Amino acid sequence: MLLFELALTFYFIATISGVIEIFRGKKDTSKVSLYLSIIGFAFHTANIIVRYIEGGHIPITSMHEAASFFSWCVLILFYIHEFKYKLGLLSSFILPIVFLLMFSSSIFPREIKVLSPVLQSYWFGIHTILAFLGDAAFAMACGIGVMYLIQERNVKSKHLSMLFQKLPSLQILDEINYHLITMGFPLLTLAMITGVVWANSAWGTYWRWDPKEVWSLITWIIYALVLHLRLTVGWRGKKAAILSIVGFAFVILTFFGVALILKGKHVFM
Amino acid sequence: MNILVVGLNHKTAPIEVREKIAFGGAKLEEAINALKKSDTVKENIILSTCNRVEIYAGVTDIGSGTESIKDFISGFHNVPRDLLDKSLYFHSGTDAIRHMYRVASSLDSMIVGEPQILGQLKDAYDEALKYKSTGVVLNKLMRKSVSVAKRIRTETKIAESAVSISFAAVELAKKIFDDLPTKSFMLLGAGEMAELAARNLINSGVRDVLITNRTIARAEELALEFHGKVVPFENFINELAHTDIVICSTGAPHYILSKDQVHRTMKERKQKPMFIIDISVPRNIDPQINDLDNVYLYDVDSLQGVVETNIQERAKEAEKAEQIVDEEIGAFLRWHASLAATPTVVALRNKAEEIRKAEFEKTIKKLGPMEEEKIKAIEYLTVSIVNKLIHPPTAALKSDNNDKEAMMDVIRKLFQLETEKGKDE
Repeated sequence: MLLFELALTFYFIATISGVIEIFRGKKDTSKVSLYLSIIGFAFHTANIIVRYIEGGHIPITSMHEAASFFSWCVLILFYIHEFKYKLGLLSSFILPIVFLLMFSSSIFPREIKVLSPVLQSYWFGIHTILAFLGDAAFAMACGIGVMYLIQERNVKSKHLSMLFQKLPSLQILDEINYHLITMGFPLLTLAMITGVVWANSAWGTYWRWDPKEVWSLITWIIYALVLHLRLTVGWRGKKAAILSIVGFAFVILTFFGVALILKGKHVFM
Repeated sequence: MNILVVGLNHKTAPIEVREKIAFGGAKLEEAINALKKSDTVKENIILSTCNRVEIYAGVTDIGSGTESIKDFISGFHNVPRDLLDKSLYFHSGTDAIRHMYRVASSLDSMIVGEPQILGQLKDAYDEALKYKSTGVVLNKLMRKSVSVAKRIRTETKIAESAVSISFAAVELAKKIFDDLPTKSFMLLGAGEMAELAARNLINSGVRDVLITNRTIARAEELALEFHGKVVPFENFINELAHTDIVICSTGAPHYILSKDQVHRTMKERKQKPMFIIDISVPRNIDPQINDLDNVYLYDVDSLQGVVETNIQERAKEAEKAEQIVDEEIGAFLRWHASLAATPTVVALRNKAEEIRKAEFEKTIKKLGPMEEEKIKAIEYLTVSIVNKLIHPPTAALKSDNNDKEAMMDVIRKLFQLETEKGKDE
């Protein structure tokens, strides 16, 4: 679909210009990558709407659609944070994630599928939206965690490059990272609860140790630990940043790996 | 009119000389007015800061102008000429313009890019305006210098990033903490540099200030100045649990804060980040503390390292600034040259008018009584012939032209305007 290709292309250029921005020796950060991504986002949104109209349901029933919708959710959260906090170089660290999700989406077959009867439930919308938003918050936390680690390294090593000037303060990065996880975690929890309830109404059992269920549980435990350690023993800053990157690795593994390698009910194809 | 700069700065004169010839306070008014009376010095601006004393002048003759300004400085401050001659530099013409641009844009400063000098120059100009000691040339040069300085500030990064240890500390604090006003700060000991850094931090909004010192009287003194609270020196470690920024500079010959102590403190503060600046030599804080998570320790050398990187960065930017200065000199020279051509244009006009009038009157006399209308017609004829003839040379003189000097020369010779020369050279 042309709209999809256009979105992908704009995300690609936006990502490149975002990465260039990291290495450019100017103190003022240019907004080019942000604007390019907005154009891409417009095409992307149109693409999702078209698929929604054609399929008659939220377009997340194939790997192609799911990955595309995932990156769309990340962008929504990115724009909210970009306009709220105006963090220097945020786009340089979030847009690569957006592009990679979109790129992986482009690999999968694109035909629009008919929703199988078991998925035709109002739980479908609630469960998936919660899960996607939670995952998007974790994606943002990961990008911000990377920014934190780079800035932390700048300050610790006492070598203050131009990148040091451009990146935001450690405190604000740590705070936003924390706030994203406190947002992602309840969303993931609710997604799992609705999933369990839905599973019961669809198959008569709450929990079937389906690989997706198991890996989601592992992801949930990791983020529960991130929050727990932070509140009890003060695992903030560097440790929290590393954990949020590890946590997102599990999100990705659950998202792609389980669906592709280990087959389960969540496998769309 | 020639532009001249006579002066000395931190590079050419030690403080002992600079302080002797400073024009401070009431002396400045006296000096400006005294200099105004000079025959050769037509315009003057006196800039007197702790790093430089300079007189910018519009003079009729470079040689005698320089001498009379040097004599003036020597006489005014009662300092022997031979002592001054060693330190004083002078620039004229293009070099003088370049010098003023460089001073205004802080390229000639001890710390390149420091912002105060432009303000000081503006103040000096305000004084000159107050006592009406400037004219067309210095007014234009001054305005141009300010705009060049502003252009350099916006087009280069010459004034960015801290180049002093105390500012570097603040710059770092801003990258560790997001909102300095909500942070607490402890001044540990009372070295001069530490005080300076403390003052900069407080200027950046830090309000919650703790002060501790072995001699309690000194601590109380500083607490008064910084609106802080005194903490007994024996207790300072207990206070660290709720202190975000520490500046340390005690005279202690050993570490007063160990890694273990800070490790415990960090647990107590639930790992909330801490920024510790150790300005003392020998160091007072165990450098291994930097290995702890969420603790950022900077000592004098690491701050100096930050400053040096920034200075190198500025040096690179200064090169770009010098190019801008060169560009802008051209603009001023063109204006100045057009000014120099004005007397020639006037002389040419006067000469032509003189001839026209003489010839016109001679003819009228010869022709005898005539109707008023006809006289008017003849006069109109002479005026328009003259105007049409002198229009091309005057237009050429007024235009931007590279060989204007030569052209002025030729015109003076051709029209025998020689007598006018020298007057405005």
